[in-house]
Amino acid sequence: MPDSDRPLPHVPESRMLSKRRTRLSVVWIVPIVAAIIGVWVAVTRILGEGPQVKIVFASADGLEAGKTKIQCNGVEVGTITTVRLSDDHKKVLTTAQMAPKTESFLLDDTRFWVVRPRISGANVSGLGTLISGAYVAMDIGQSHQAKRDFVALDTPPVVTGDVPGRFFTLKTPDLGSLDTGTPIFYRRLQVGQVASYVLDKSGLSLDVKVFVTAPYHQYVTPNTRFWNASGIDVSLTANGLSVQTQSVLSVLIGGIAFETATSDPLLPAADENTVFTLFDNRAEAFKQPARNPQTYQVVFKQSVRGLAVGAPVEFRGISLGEVAEVNAQIDAQTFEFSAPVIINLDAQRLGVQVRGLAPGTDFNTIRKQLVDALIAHGVRAQLRTGSLLTGALYVAFDFFPDAPPTTVDWSQTPPQLPAVPGQLEAVEASAVGIIKKLNEVPYKQIGDDLRNAIVELDRTLVSARGTLDSGRGTLDNANKLIEPNSVLGAELGNTLQEVSQAARSVRVLADYLERHPEALIRGKTGEAR
Amino acid sequence: MSTALTAMQHGLQNCEACGLLSRPAPGEVEGHCPRCNEELTFRKHSSLQRTWAFLIGAAICYVPANLLPVLTTTTAAGPESDTILQGVVLLWSPTGWPLSLIVLFASIMIPSAKILALAYLLVSAQRGSVNNNDQRVRLYRVVEIIGRWSMVDVFVDAFTAALVQLQPLMSVAPAPGLFFFAAVVVLTMLAVESFDPRLIWDSASSREVEHA
Repeated sequence: MPDSDRPLPHVPESRMLSKRRTRLSVVWIVPIVAAIIGVWVAVTRILGEGPQVKIVFASADGLEAGKTKIQCNGVEVGTITTVRLSDDHKKVLTTAQMAPKTESFLLDDTRFWVVRPRISGANVSGLGTLISGAYVAMDIGQSHQAKRDFVALDTPPVVTGDVPGRFFTLKTPDLGSLDTGTPIFYRRLQVGQVASYVLDKSGLSLDVKVFVTAPYHQYVTPNTRFWNASGIDVSLTANGLSVQTQSVLSVLIGGIAFETATSDPLLPAADENTVFTLFDNRAEAFKQPARNPQTYQVVFKQSVRGLAVGAPVEFRGISLGEVAEVNAQIDAQTFEFSAPVIINLDAQRLGVQVRGLAPGTDFNTIRKQLVDALIAHGVRAQLRTGSLLTGALYVAFDFFPDAPPTTVDWSQTPPQLPAVPGQLEAVEASAVGIIKKLNEVPYKQIGDDLRNAIVELDRTLVSARGTLDSGRGTLDNANKLIEPNSVLGAELGNTLQEVSQAARSVRVLADYLERHPEALIRGKTGEAR
Repeated sequence: MSTALTAMQHGLQNCEACGLLSRPAPGEVEGHCPRCNEELTFRKHSSLQRTWAFLIGAAICYVPANLLPVLTTTTAAGPESDTILQGVVLLWSPTGWPLSLIVLFASIMIPSAKILALAYLLVSAQRGSVNNNDQRVRLYRVVEIIGRWSMVDVFVDAFTAALVQLQPLMSVAPAPGLFFFAAVVVLTMLAVESFDPRLIWDSASSREVEHA
């Protein structure tokens, strides 16, 4: 260490420059600026914060505090800041920090729900959330009353915001393939969706709430029929194959269609929440209501395979009604098995006009007479094949003049109408008869006899040849006799000449006698020659 | 600590650039190095004041640097802003924990430690403390060496923002927190620069001189 007393070597003196010293360093600007910026950032942050809302969710699945966004039509309007369980552990309480100036969105009927990937047939939604995670969607209400505490919906609403249209309720015993979002079709045009469904209190039917968007809701009138147009409605009936679909979409995911029958009177549009019945298919929906149904039974003693409930009943090709039941019964005495078929006839519903009815009389009064008269004229029920493809049967009434006379058994309930065997059955019966007769033919005996006969014939033929040979000899002899130069021939010629001369003499005699008949008595007188 | 004479006690000035020892002109306390023309002072100009100013500025910036997001990542899922601490949490995984620790050290602990260390050095120098001179000098060196490394975080973010620009899929953009963070690093470095370590033992020497 150098001693302070030691003399120092030559040390040059520093040069002098103008001095400038400030009491307060300029550097203090740095923290001041930093503080100003910091305060400014803080102030803008605090001022920029929107309102806080509380949202209650059933489940926090996918919700993350500080991450999960609240979106309205895809625009971020807030963030979930805290997620915690409610005190009873049944719900999830969240608080959300909304973006600035969102106060006007937070209304009494504003709805929140969690958007997760949903594949519900009709629509695939929220696919983006597969990557981004769930987010909370917001649908701004219409109310004027502000609100800060919300309860989120469990399922996304089908109809958001102020989409114009109308809700209707459909009653159905069976949901089928319907789901929220199932499309509604009007003349194959998609006009709405199933909004929700709920089992009614009795538990026997479902109330399906559907939303029909404007302007199509005006086509829903109180007499509009709704039917389930789910998938492909293929029916193989006695009337043939019928395929009913609405659209490819409905084939895949089902749907509901509605239409108003053109025959129905034009009515004003139905009110909101009008209740309709959801029919199973279009045919059912447009089936005329029963007007004057009459139940009869027809007992068939043949197979009723192919006869389905609902099969048509026709009279000479005119539809009269349909089969209501196909039963079976056994006669305890004869052990005969038969199938009583209950049929519902409602000719008037199917458009059969009654003409010439005396005014004031009811058709029902003459019904019995009519039926009796028809049966007396030979009208009988018969099972016929409606479709060769499917083998479906239908009940046909037709005239069978050859049928044994019978009468309607009015004592039974329902009255029994007489039947005749079906066409196929009749053909079958006669065919069986033919086959039976063919079976009775003694083929073996015939064969044996035939063989004997052939042997016999052989023998006969051999002797016949002998006969023929002798015959030929005879003919040869005969030939010889009649040959031109034969003796017989010459003699024959002479003889014939003699005969000819004799004949001439006879003729001369005859002539003479004609001229002189007295010559027979007087003899030939000498003529004056 | 062994006491020693300081150049100032002998009225000498040491050039910080070329190391030449010189005496200021008579009646003057400041001058310029006769060899390299560097400004000569016995001690850095208002070192404590400047250091305090930078340090306070850094401390102020440190708050938004940690509260505001430093990086905005835009993916198909939407924009996502993360603060430094969120980044640490995000990186924390069975395999990524070393990286997470590095970020935690470099971006949160080192800046705060620097600010605290400088504050301690300033306070002790101002109060003329004579204790732990050795350790305080060591602390100063550590702060000086380590300080620049905090800038790594800023560089990493800047590189990421420049490189990850896969527009439709993913893009990264710096968020306001990053500027504050950079300000913290720069200001602490300036604070370290403006602090004159000789102040640490000035008081000790002066006390010793008084003693003698």
